[in-house]
Amino acid sequence: MLGLEKKDVTLLAVVALLAFAAPFILNPFPEGSEMAQFNAGYPDLMQRFVIFGIFAIGYNILFGLTGYLSFGHAAFLGVGSYSAVWMFKLLSMNVIPAIILSIIVAGLFSLVIGFVSLRRSGIYFSILTLAFAQMSFNLAYSVLTPITNGETGLQLTLNDPRILGASTGADGSIPVTSLFGIEMRSTYEMHAGAWLFQFNAGYYVCAIILVAAFYLAMRIFRSPFGLMLRAVKTNQTRLNYTGLNARPYTLAAFVISGMYAGLAGGLMASMDPLAGADRMQWTASGEVVLMTILGGTGTLLGPVLGAGFIKYFENIFSKINDNVLHGWFAALPDGLEDTLVFIVHPFVGKGWNMTLGLMFMAVVIFLPGGLMEGGQRLAKLFRKKDKPSGDDSEHHPKQAPHVAE
Amino acid sequence: MSKTTLTRRGVLKTGAVAGSGLALPTIFTASSASAFTNEPTGGSVTFGFNVPQTGPYADEGADELRAYELAVEHLNGDGDGGMLNTFSSKALQGNGILGKKVDFVTGDTQTKSDAARASAKSMIEKDGAIMITGGSSSGVAVAVQGLCQEAGVIFMAALTHSNDTTGKDKKANGFRHFFNAYMSGAALAPVLAKRYGSDRRAYHLTADYTWGWTQEESIAAATEAFGWETVEKVRTPLAATDFSSYIAPVLNSGADVLILNHYGGNMVNSLTNAVQFGLRDKMVNGKQFEIVVPLYSELMAKGAGENIKGILGSTNWSWTLQDEGTKAFVKSFGTKYGFPPSNAAQTSYAQTILYADAVARAGSFNPCAVVEALEGFEFDGLGNGPTLYRAEDHQCFKDVLVMQGKENPANEYDLLEIVDITPRAQVEYAPDHPMFAGGSLGKCNPGA
Repeated sequence: MLGLEKKDVTLLAVVALLAFAAPFILNPFPEGSEMAQFNAGYPDLMQRFVIFGIFAIGYNILFGLTGYLSFGHAAFLGVGSYSAVWMFKLLSMNVIPAIILSIIVAGLFSLVIGFVSLRRSGIYFSILTLAFAQMSFNLAYSVLTPITNGETGLQLTLNDPRILGASTGADGSIPVTSLFGIEMRSTYEMHAGAWLFQFNAGYYVCAIILVAAFYLAMRIFRSPFGLMLRAVKTNQTRLNYTGLNARPYTLAAFVISGMYAGLAGGLMASMDPLAGADRMQWTASGEVVLMTILGGTGTLLGPVLGAGFIKYFENIFSKINDNVLHGWFAALPDGLEDTLVFIVHPFVGKGWNMTLGLMFMAVVIFLPGGLMEGGQRLAKLFRKKDKPSGDDSEHHPKQAPHVAE
Repeated sequence: MSKTTLTRRGVLKTGAVAGSGLALPTIFTASSASAFTNEPTGGSVTFGFNVPQTGPYADEGADELRAYELAVEHLNGDGDGGMLNTFSSKALQGNGILGKKVDFVTGDTQTKSDAARASAKSMIEKDGAIMITGGSSSGVAVAVQGLCQEAGVIFMAALTHSNDTTGKDKKANGFRHFFNAYMSGAALAPVLAKRYGSDRRAYHLTADYTWGWTQEESIAAATEAFGWETVEKVRTPLAATDFSSYIAPVLNSGADVLILNHYGGNMVNSLTNAVQFGLRDKMVNGKQFEIVVPLYSELMAKGAGENIKGILGSTNWSWTLQDEGTKAFVKSFGTKYGFPPSNAAQTSYAQTILYADAVARAGSFNPCAVVEALEGFEFDGLGNGPTLYRAEDHQCFKDVLVMQGKENPANEYDLLEIVDITPRAQVEYAPDHPMFAGGSLGKCNPGA
């Protein structure tokens, strides 16, 4: 079906199911309970999960398949955002033209940067991309302020032209982004007993695009082109000796992943029409590298999981303050309560970075294949009984995880 | 390729399951129509405190958070009541707001517009915050203010000094108590002219982003009105940590005053470099060379240490003031935390109280009612003397302090002394002043 093998169809179906049922899955705890703190099923965070998922899927096409470690992908995300916001300012509030323009602009931009950077490989390539991204960030932050509005970020105003739409909404405020009349911010709230589930129009637009992006990535992974990219990763020199020029392939992969990043940037701006320069900072580029490695480099699902993981920490753990901690441990005797709060305190709230760092270290040390490897090991643990393996695992090269898993 | 086989039974089964699945939500749906976003229905109301907890302004953020927690305590009737006792409006009873207990959630802005908006959105969408306050950079404040306008909640800006916040980026749902770059210039220039004479030549080093530019524009215009000449305006990258290469040309430019339009770590570094180069011991054009820092903060003063002595700048407020409001606030802050509050803490505290009071006077949490109650509101007793929340741009007008680095500080918190309290009339400007023109408040948005 869809030109995929059965196993892949299942994987795609699982991704689609997860994406569409996310409002339920991410809100496991009843509203108002102590655990509600850990709910992640509100529109903004769900949108971020999916958007960064798309970003990481695209990044993985470059990093996972060709092994080229780019440290500048945030620049494409930023360029995509700026193009989308300009589209909202000049043309209309419909998200379709904005997203299309952001993909095109990011594609062109990545073509230029890729063309220059791909002349080198390894660390030199990483440094080149990093340099380009930092250059873009600094330009956006100050020099190009007329286009990017500098530190404040590009925002919509009441006196934007919007040729195909209205400059002001019906009630005199700035109009909101929409898809042929469906407002991206409109949310349907469902109360089911103690639970509250939020279904956001913008989220579902993102989710549909995520499934499409995932499908496309799957097709690329399975195509002869994907095989060629994997050959580049395995041994580029040998590939050259066979008379093949690898550069067009790597450049194509670079541009495709740049376009994915542009798509993510355009979606981000569509959900929340603002583009800030800090979206292009090197920390943002580093973030997508972390997402990919955390989830599992070269796997299809891994980067999406990694993206969700990091965004969850950033948004949920950073909001746990001392007040909340005291609430949790209130039932305990005073001395014990304070001790526990004191122990937990450095890891939550402003310490969310540290918790994430520790998790990352643990994953890299114990699960080099990322969260996906963790999942596989668990699966193997349960499957061991019915599949007696004859080989001595101690003296056997570890099998590389299948790229689809 | 795989082949999917459809059986009659399978299709029927799937159809039945899917149908009941689709019907399920409607069973539970209870439409909760509310007049505005996050209308508080229970016995409590939630505020969102969105401050930088990581990144370059984490210190300011921590102090803001302390003040917010103190304000919530006072609003709920705990503690000694602080400035509630000296505040001119007596609408607040110390039993929460309109009988509802005040709760709060916190978030980390990381001093990035994106992260700040994500954090504010989660407060609005997940925690049901009715008001967002915080920010310690103008970029973040403007970004979050725009978000709150769209979402239909009130934004009470804390630490943001750029003209744009209540200038070209002003919003009907946003309010600023802190002073701005124009006021810094207007307050500082007369003192500079009096002390250093009116025939000075100024050299500007400016952080290369929006706030730096408005600060530079404001102070240059204000000093030029007193006869000063602007020799050169040099932009420095925000990420710069070593300013020696920018200081050296100052010596050869013929300037006799250096104005540092820097904030935070930038200012600490540039001032330190300038002092190390011996600028302050130089005689240029027969006059003593001087350094000016238009925007001061206690935390910056601490960072710059010895170098700050005798250097002029401006602040919104100082804990050394002697009015009743300040004394009450410093006392309750000191009792709780053991040290005096900073500028940032005072404006955060004041904003929380002002919002609560506006709700109490309006008798409703509806953002539009709150906007109406705050517009044109005159009050006193929050540490800044008589203050007006101007209706035209939602900016507070009050006295501005000109401060100087103290020669002999008594302790590590006593680093700045008040040189002059510039009266409100002197820092006022027309709402359509060119430095603030270009934006419009729009209409208040109560949201869904």
